[in-house]
Amino acid sequence: MRDVAIVAFAQSPHRRRTDELSEVDLLMPVLHEVLGATGLKANEIGFTCSGSADYLAGRAFSFTMALDGVGAHPPISESHVETDGAWALYEAWVKILTGEADTALVYSYGKSSPGEVRDVLTRQLDPYYLAPLWPDSVSLAALQAQALIDAGHTDEAALTAVAARSRTDATANPYAQLTGDVPAGDHLVHPLRTGDCPPIGDGAAAVVLAAGDTARSLCDRPAWIRGIDHRIEAHSLGVRDLTDSPSARLAAQHAGAFERPLDTAELHAPFTSQEVVLRRALGLGDDVRINPSGGALAANPIMAAGLIRLGEAAARIHRGASDRALAHATSGPCLQQNLVAVLEGESAHG
Amino acid sequence: MAEEPVAVVGIGQTKHVAARHDVSIAGLVREAAVRALEDAALTWSDIDAVVIGKAPDFFEGVMMPELYLADALGAVGKPMLRVHTAGSVGGSTALVAANLVAARVHRTVLTLAFEKQSESNAMWGLSLPVPFQQPLLAGAGGFFAPHVRAYMRRTGAPDTVGSLVAYKDRRNALKNPYAHLHDTGITLEKVQASPMLWDPIRYSETCPSSDGACAMVLTDRAGAGRAPYPPAWVHGGAMRSEPTLFAGKDFVSPQAGRDCAADVYRQARITDPRREIDAVEMYVPFSWYEPMWLENLGFAGEGEGWKLTEAGVTELDGDLPVNPSGGVLSTNPIGASGMIRFAEAALQVRGRAGEHQIDGAARAVGHAYGGGAQFFAMWLVGSQPPPG
Repeated sequence: MRDVAIVAFAQSPHRRRTDELSEVDLLMPVLHEVLGATGLKANEIGFTCSGSADYLAGRAFSFTMALDGVGAHPPISESHVETDGAWALYEAWVKILTGEADTALVYSYGKSSPGEVRDVLTRQLDPYYLAPLWPDSVSLAALQAQALIDAGHTDEAALTAVAARSRTDATANPYAQLTGDVPAGDHLVHPLRTGDCPPIGDGAAAVVLAAGDTARSLCDRPAWIRGIDHRIEAHSLGVRDLTDSPSARLAAQHAGAFERPLDTAELHAPFTSQEVVLRRALGLGDDVRINPSGGALAANPIMAAGLIRLGEAAARIHRGASDRALAHATSGPCLQQNLVAVLEGESAHG
Repeated sequence: MAEEPVAVVGIGQTKHVAARHDVSIAGLVREAAVRALEDAALTWSDIDAVVIGKAPDFFEGVMMPELYLADALGAVGKPMLRVHTAGSVGGSTALVAANLVAARVHRTVLTLAFEKQSESNAMWGLSLPVPFQQPLLAGAGGFFAPHVRAYMRRTGAPDTVGSLVAYKDRRNALKNPYAHLHDTGITLEKVQASPMLWDPIRYSETCPSSDGACAMVLTDRAGAGRAPYPPAWVHGGAMRSEPTLFAGKDFVSPQAGRDCAADVYRQARITDPRREIDAVEMYVPFSWYEPMWLENLGFAGEGEGWKLTEAGVTELDGDLPVNPSGGVLSTNPIGASGMIRFAEAALQVRGRAGEHQIDGAARAVGHAYGGGAQFFAMWLVGSQPPPG
């Protein structure tokens, strides 16, 4: 199997509203930055893949305008996933493994500000039995949080501590939207307080992947993808154990996460309670640095937040702060679908 | 770089109709998937991963429906990937699934594409207003009609060519039990007398709105060896994209389409597509796109595509049959339409296309396009494994 690495990562400053920017405006600086870091031009990239969702933009084929921003002429080999950009990265990784491409540009973006994101996400649910009831994303996460508390896996104080740690860490992240001493707040949906929930915001991210020696020529310390896998669970919350994440565990196992110790984990846990679920499912102990970027509690641009976890973990390897990191992305209600990648620096294991 | 050869060992479609009121979206996709598994003589447990595609989520009003469809497609505990590349998505989805096998990430993959257009109105789903941007002019027909007109002006094609294509495809559809439109009383005169919708596109030269799904089982060399029926082998596959609008874009023959075809022929070692390819399943949602794509895909010289159509070359009994299944003009569940093209090409080289089988078809092309003629996906399949 070919060695493939993340060699560059860029993201936008994540903000509550970007009324003055189109999706293309949001994305362009990020694309320029990530390509600039490698010196590659759009038409020198072997494969391009993006992640986004029409429902955030409120119109069909919203990704076509973003493609215009890439500068896809002469024509490029390109694809798109209607989900978080982490899955676009997975598709690009597969493409490089086939040998048909040596480099890939992956980007994703989401503007949540034009709509009511809690309402919009209800449209993800089973359209016949669940969506007509309009259960919003915070209420579903609260159901999961209550199940965790009932099972004795956490309590409200522990959840508040997760939020405090994340937002303290985020003060060192210039792109984060919500940082510092954020009060726990009142209950939004019991047992979740406002502080347990992610900020709503707009943002974009991009990475460049490269194979073998190409990666070494583009980056001093490439973040090698030692394994990447994703798994999905049943949709209905009634048939799932909400205190566990078997799909995250399975993905981690197939990605090789349990083979050697990790020093860092970037978890896509928009709610404090979901970090508790993932830590247990992935067997992450106190020796693993969780979400040094601040995680999704500091910035959660929907459809980009998972790709940002991969990018943040890779960037930490690029600058020598990590040797072996786990990066995680999620999709769907209550962690229904999960992707896990294991990233390593060159010197990590000889 | 040694790739694993990819084989199509199972194909399933639903009977495409205007409205499947009898099944949910989950029921619809499961029907096609079960048929593909039966064709491959496999069960759900033989499937390592599921790759699903469909066109805009607004068509059914479900955001990221793969989440809700995980159970229906036996994907629980497995990887499930969702692709969306506008109208080309069915083709792109098949290619993403094929890459999983080619890269040896998975051995056997179920890929499926669907659209249940009766859940909403596709034309208006494509026409949501966007401030400060060019509207799509009420559906796809309004967008594409000027480009058809440009083709006619550029090539001097007589205005009868479009109706010939529609008449051919609708007759071919009569031989395909899964096709949506089965107009037994079709005549050329009826096509030509149908109302003008977007000049020069007449009502009978447009695709219907269908409910339907198409599924394929893709596997490696070992899997192909266990298949009960002859597989179709993937000899080449490619995707190309270009921007919707830019100065110098050739809407009549987009460069992305030409590049995509050239890449597929290079992989499949085809030097003379007109002679070396036995059947073409081409994405023709409006009849005039047959002559246009004949040129774009290298089957005819510039300005010559309409002459092949007019001479009957693309008829079922011509020497380059195009859309023996009846094509998109007869069946259009948008998200599935591209995959149906890919699957019908595979049926031809497997010798399993039934009444619309082209005798001895050994190499066939499946083709799809989408967006503002900006996304292209194409594969070439053969009855024999690729060399090497």
